[in-house]
Amino acid sequence: MHYDERLDGPLPDVDKTALLDRLRRDLPDLHLLHRREDLTPYECDGLAAYRTVPMLVALPDTLEQVQGLMRIASDEGVPVVARGAGTGLSGGAMPLEKGILLVMARFNRIVEIDPQAGTARVQPGVRNLAISQAAAPYGLYYAPDPSSQIACSIGGNVAENAGGVHCLKYGLTVHNLLKLDIVTVDGECLTLGSDALDTPGFDLMALFTGSEGMLGIVTEITVKLLPAPPCAKVLLASFDNVEKAGQAVADIIAAGVIPGGLEMMDNLALCAAEDFAHAGYPRDAAAILLCELDGVESDVDEDCQRVRAVMENAGATEVRQARDDAERQRFWAGRKAAFPAVGRISPDYYCMDGTIPKRELPKVLAGIEALSREYHLRVANVFHAGDGNMHPLILFDANDSDQLHRAEALGGRILELCVAVGGSITGEHGVGREKINQMCSQFDADEITCFHAVKAAFDPQRLLNPGKNIPTLNRCAEFGTMHIHRGELPFPDLERF
Amino acid sequence: MGDQSEALLERVRAARAERRPLCPRGTGGKFHLGRPVDGEILDTLEHSGVVHYDPSELVVTARAGTLVSELIATLAEQDQMLPFEPPLFGGDASVGGMVASGLAGPRRPWAGSVRDFVLGTRVITGEGQHLRFGGEVMKNVAGYDLSRLMAGSFGCLGLITEVSFKVLPRPRASRSLQLRLTGEQARERVLDWRRRGLPLSAACHGGGLLRIRLEGNQGSVHAAVAEIGGEPLEDNHYWDKLRDHRLPFFDGAKPLWRLSLPPAAPVLELPGTQLSDWGGAQRWLKSDADTATLRQLAASAGGSATRFGGEEAEDAPFHPLPAALLRYHQTLKARLDPERIFNPGRLYADL
Repeated sequence: MHYDERLDGPLPDVDKTALLDRLRRDLPDLHLLHRREDLTPYECDGLAAYRTVPMLVALPDTLEQVQGLMRIASDEGVPVVARGAGTGLSGGAMPLEKGILLVMARFNRIVEIDPQAGTARVQPGVRNLAISQAAAPYGLYYAPDPSSQIACSIGGNVAENAGGVHCLKYGLTVHNLLKLDIVTVDGECLTLGSDALDTPGFDLMALFTGSEGMLGIVTEITVKLLPAPPCAKVLLASFDNVEKAGQAVADIIAAGVIPGGLEMMDNLALCAAEDFAHAGYPRDAAAILLCELDGVESDVDEDCQRVRAVMENAGATEVRQARDDAERQRFWAGRKAAFPAVGRISPDYYCMDGTIPKRELPKVLAGIEALSREYHLRVANVFHAGDGNMHPLILFDANDSDQLHRAEALGGRILELCVAVGGSITGEHGVGREKINQMCSQFDADEITCFHAVKAAFDPQRLLNPGKNIPTLNRCAEFGTMHIHRGELPFPDLERF
Repeated sequence: MGDQSEALLERVRAARAERRPLCPRGTGGKFHLGRPVDGEILDTLEHSGVVHYDPSELVVTARAGTLVSELIATLAEQDQMLPFEPPLFGGDASVGGMVASGLAGPRRPWAGSVRDFVLGTRVITGEGQHLRFGGEVMKNVAGYDLSRLMAGSFGCLGLITEVSFKVLPRPRASRSLQLRLTGEQARERVLDWRRRGLPLSAACHGGGLLRIRLEGNQGSVHAAVAEIGGEPLEDNHYWDKLRDHRLPFFDGAKPLWRLSLPPAAPVLELPGTQLSDWGGAQRWLKSDADTATLRQLAASAGGSATRFGGEEAEDAPFHPLPAALLRYHQTLKARLDPERIFNPGRLYADL
């Protein structure tokens, strides 16, 4: 999935030596990498199957350097790809052979924590978890917790509108931001949002969140901090079929309970996790649900009773409440280790990220099972059940090029299935390079044209992260056979599911 | 009633062909906000109805002309709600107007804004196309987030025809209290309760009284009532009246201003009478002080001042934008509405 100028649009040919000379002359203190051996470590992000060595890597320390770099890039017509910690799973920070990779890792200061206002002002290279750690002495934390939170940067979280296991109750990144400082493609500074709860004009902060570095470079972020819940308890329920587990999820929500986390794992995923983490999961269950309730202890106890009754009514074969914090941590350790655990039972795995309306879960799981047989590849299912965000893990061996090809094709089919039932091709990982073709399934040509119009308002030369997030119409024409129009279920395979 | 989107699309296309500005309008309760637009009224109320509602998904989809009172009643039958408590100025609002204005009621600091609960929209653009963004799922990061951009855009970027919202269960317990406190005391108490995670869902100070609402499960609400003390709030409809501007505070000829400030902003000596809602983050002010003075006061506290009403027209009711930011607003508007048919000048003269 290298950038394809025929489908993704032409990129200017730039003389690397001349560009390097100008950058060194105009920005003498800017740290630059240009030798092949120094560039190679930056050739991919968390989607390691896609690799391109960038022309140059810039590691700015100051806002002025970011502005200066963007001015030169605009002037010379050089594309710029911004990168945080490089943990993204959709190739959003995949470099360009003809572009500069702008690595924001050195913007790593927590500028200010204001416990009274409940906010933290941070630079984009700060790790997600570091914010909560810095806020902990005040009894506060930053709610969104993507599974990569020990490593991923908050700037990357903004670019992807990252989620995590607590989204149903606490929202996505966009719900936990107050203010963004950005540098535009021509080096101008803008502030979007404010310290107040709303700001005059259009909500450009919401527009920028999740825009995958295509509209501007984020240079400072003010996030909301929440009081840490005084109490959290977790229930583990086992089911002898997946449909009953899905019903239990709907019933919990219908009973008026909003869990802090509500996760489902199928048998393949839970067995792998159990073997790896010894979490105490029942290996004979078809599916398990982990339901965490947090808040004031009396409320949590009230909700635990309610949820237990709902799970039992839905046909759970067993419901266990973690007896203490150690057991609660163990229950979660299994879930959090699910991806590496699956990595132990297969040479490689490919993590998908579709969302669906929860009611469609049985149908989609049956569909995935049928596709899994068709492509002769195993699929383990891990599911943020509360908000309908599925992470099917496709097991394959990358050394076998046919398996790699089948894994990609199977992944694409799973995403199209999500769109066909009214869902989305990405819940929290972003489109990046990975799902650029599936965008043509979810949006029609007019909608994609409208996205291009938004892009043109901020980056008319399309220098910021070209080739990601929004496909060209040429690309969609090439892959147009896969277009599904909403509401209709056009592809004949669906009937079988 | 029902799906009138074809008719709306025809209206937009005709207006576009003739470059005639349109002013989308629902119940008209917020029509006085912003600058007057010299354009044809585009009534959306016929395009109404709940399209889809599945309580166990926590998602409802309604057409723009649907009355908010009806949507709230539909949700209440399932013990669910729009958490941001939209104002019903003049008795009601339309779903389209609710989203276009982005205005929220007393629960906003704790529950979130209108934008926070928008999951998807259908919009007729300035190109005369009926497009869909976002969807009916909680998490969806495909493409740019044009749905949330529509919230608070005052109809300047396109005609909202349909919106999907995340909804939440109504709290099982709700108690309202009043305490006699000065502004400074009230500020400190509310900040302290917030930091400690007490189940506040409204806090408004005015006339020497702090009024608060506590919502959650029985246990946490009872514990908080016992801890906070005070006395039960006398007026059972206080929060609705505050939300809809039906308190006596809002009467009288003096212009009404809305100051949006950081949650921990200090108590401000403002020229006029004030009512400090949202725990201090939204301050209503009845004042005939000049615009520049109020804007300066709000800006120096890290916020903005919007002229909300008054007998005399104000040419710039919304707090002005920095020049660079205004330029990007103009570029975005020009890209999405090249013929300038949607509410030109409603937010700012040059937008």
